[in-house]
Amino acid sequence: MRRTIFPGWLLPAALVLPQLALTVVFFLLPAGEAVWSSLTRTDPFGLSSVFVGIDNFNDLFADPLYVETILRTIGFVAAVCVISMGTALLLAVMVEGVVRGRGIYRTMLIWPYAVAPAVAGVIWLFLLHPQIGLLGRWLNHNLGWDYSLNGTQAMLLVILASAWKQVSYNFIFFVAGLQSVPRTVTEAARMDGAHGFYRFRTITLPLLMPTVFFLIVVNVVYAAFDTFGAIWALTQGGPGKATETMLVKVYRDGVINLDLGSSSAQSVVLMVGVIVLTAVQFRFMGKRGK
Amino acid sequence: MATLQLDGLRKSFGSTHILQGVDLSLADGEMLVIVGASGCGKSTLLRLVAGLETPTSGSVLLDGRDITKLDPAARDIAMVFQNYALYPHMSVAENMSYGLRIRGVPKDTIRAKVEATAGLLGLEKLLARRPRELSGGQRQRVAMGRAIIRDPKMFLFDEPLSNLDAALRVQMRAEIRRLQRRLGVTSLYVTHDQVEAMTLGDRLLVRHQGVPVQFAPPMEVFARPATAYVAGFIGAPAMNFLPATLDGHNARLASGHAIALPNAHPGHASVTLGIRPENVVVTPNGLPMTVDLVEPLGSETLVHGRLADGTPLLVKQSGAMPVGEVLYVDLPPAELHVFDAGNGQRLAA
Repeated sequence: MRRTIFPGWLLPAALVLPQLALTVVFFLLPAGEAVWSSLTRTDPFGLSSVFVGIDNFNDLFADPLYVETILRTIGFVAAVCVISMGTALLLAVMVEGVVRGRGIYRTMLIWPYAVAPAVAGVIWLFLLHPQIGLLGRWLNHNLGWDYSLNGTQAMLLVILASAWKQVSYNFIFFVAGLQSVPRTVTEAARMDGAHGFYRFRTITLPLLMPTVFFLIVVNVVYAAFDTFGAIWALTQGGPGKATETMLVKVYRDGVINLDLGSSSAQSVVLMVGVIVLTAVQFRFMGKRGK
Repeated sequence: MATLQLDGLRKSFGSTHILQGVDLSLADGEMLVIVGASGCGKSTLLRLVAGLETPTSGSVLLDGRDITKLDPAARDIAMVFQNYALYPHMSVAENMSYGLRIRGVPKDTIRAKVEATAGLLGLEKLLARRPRELSGGQRQRVAMGRAIIRDPKMFLFDEPLSNLDAALRVQMRAEIRRLQRRLGVTSLYVTHDQVEAMTLGDRLLVRHQGVPVQFAPPMEVFARPATAYVAGFIGAPAMNFLPATLDGHNARLASGHAIALPNAHPGHASVTLGIRPENVVVTPNGLPMTVDLVEPLGSETLVHGRLADGTPLLVKQSGAMPVGEVLYVDLPPAELHVFDAGNGQRLAA
């Protein structure tokens, strides 16, 4: 990397100040406040709060509903990762074989990434709502499709909506990853007698593993921490708690039920999760650079 | 062991015709070298035989069987790539045994074959290593091992030596030839290097700008090049060319000096005379050549200079030689190659 040597400290300080100010105001202060309020208990009217140490955390992990939410979130995250990465890999491999119009396919497959999560949710709502959805009405009529009543269907819907958006992102990385697999290596495998899927499994996939690892981390972070918009727009975590992930529960407990202490404790738990995943990712990226 | 036959093989990309009707046949165990500068279609030809490209028309017959439409995986042809194309995530042993494992060969047979092949190529101690832990020459050997281990019907070599340094190239060149002789596998070898072409091939196919210009054993290509292009391409250092006009048996150089040729070439007024640097004779009563560079190579000396009319001339003499400012040279008529000045075709000697 190129290093620039500044003559004094004033200019570099001035250059990083805006970014630091943003980080402090929008990340560090709220995070600090969350940590603080996770250690307090607020009265029902929000007028006073008392310091209670780690009581909020003890309550949280003693609550079977919270443990259930964690397990549900893990299932949700795993499903989103598998579906979004699997679909993206399939599409990327298929685009490799396209000769004419490859650019158009790629561009169109990248578009969904520009759609905001909540808007993505609404698009899926228009498509699959049992009363007004284009496809949903037909499904409702023929297959008893109604995600506002059936928890499994609701989960399926939020998984699909969340995964769909991420396919684009994964697709870009898989296309780039596939391009970095040397053409002659796959050709050598063909000459050695390896047919289609066997060749993919023994040559292409192992060479694609760095991309896969990277995307697993990115997708886990996305599914766990960035899907609130889509879920809230579609199901608000319901029916019951069928689609209530940890993220949705933070919002429901804090903003709707006004249990600020518990909600803050939950967001601190999520924050620790993000920190761990980010550390894993940095470690991994560092290793790749070597 | 197999014969290869190409019938009217064509390849076009859009309106670009890379190959126009190639007819070629290789005898069992023969090594044919296709040589030419880049863009002559030699790599495309190899890829068509491999099955990595589909011909626009024409057919490829291996042992009399039409394999034109066959997937490369089903052809039983092995190829050595220019950049080796080893599987980076596999050890040397795994690289070599990949083709055998696909075919479901029993494990102990594979182990025995890997060991035998490694022994043949001097790779015994490297079997557990990954390709990135090997030197260029070792990678080249692994690529060779991967090709020979499964006893294919045929070998294809796509400039396999061009990524090696000079000393290693000489060594590997000899090794490839020795192996190919020993195994007796029909081979097609593509290169732009005329030394490889001369030393490796039973026969040589010289291609220029998408068309074949000469197809003959190496020494014949050297002794009787079909065109001025071939003459300049094969042989190092390259042949000298001198423009001349014909008058019966006499060829007159630009300087006015006349040389009596062994044959007359009626109907050709202006020609190009070719003479290899080693065939130029240094003699006190020859043509004066102004010397501008002397390269002593130890066993031989190269002298660059110009004749009185300005035509550049290169002289190669064995051993060291004292050179003044002017060298007197003679061009023996028997050593002259006569080409048409227009189309470069050799005129019947």
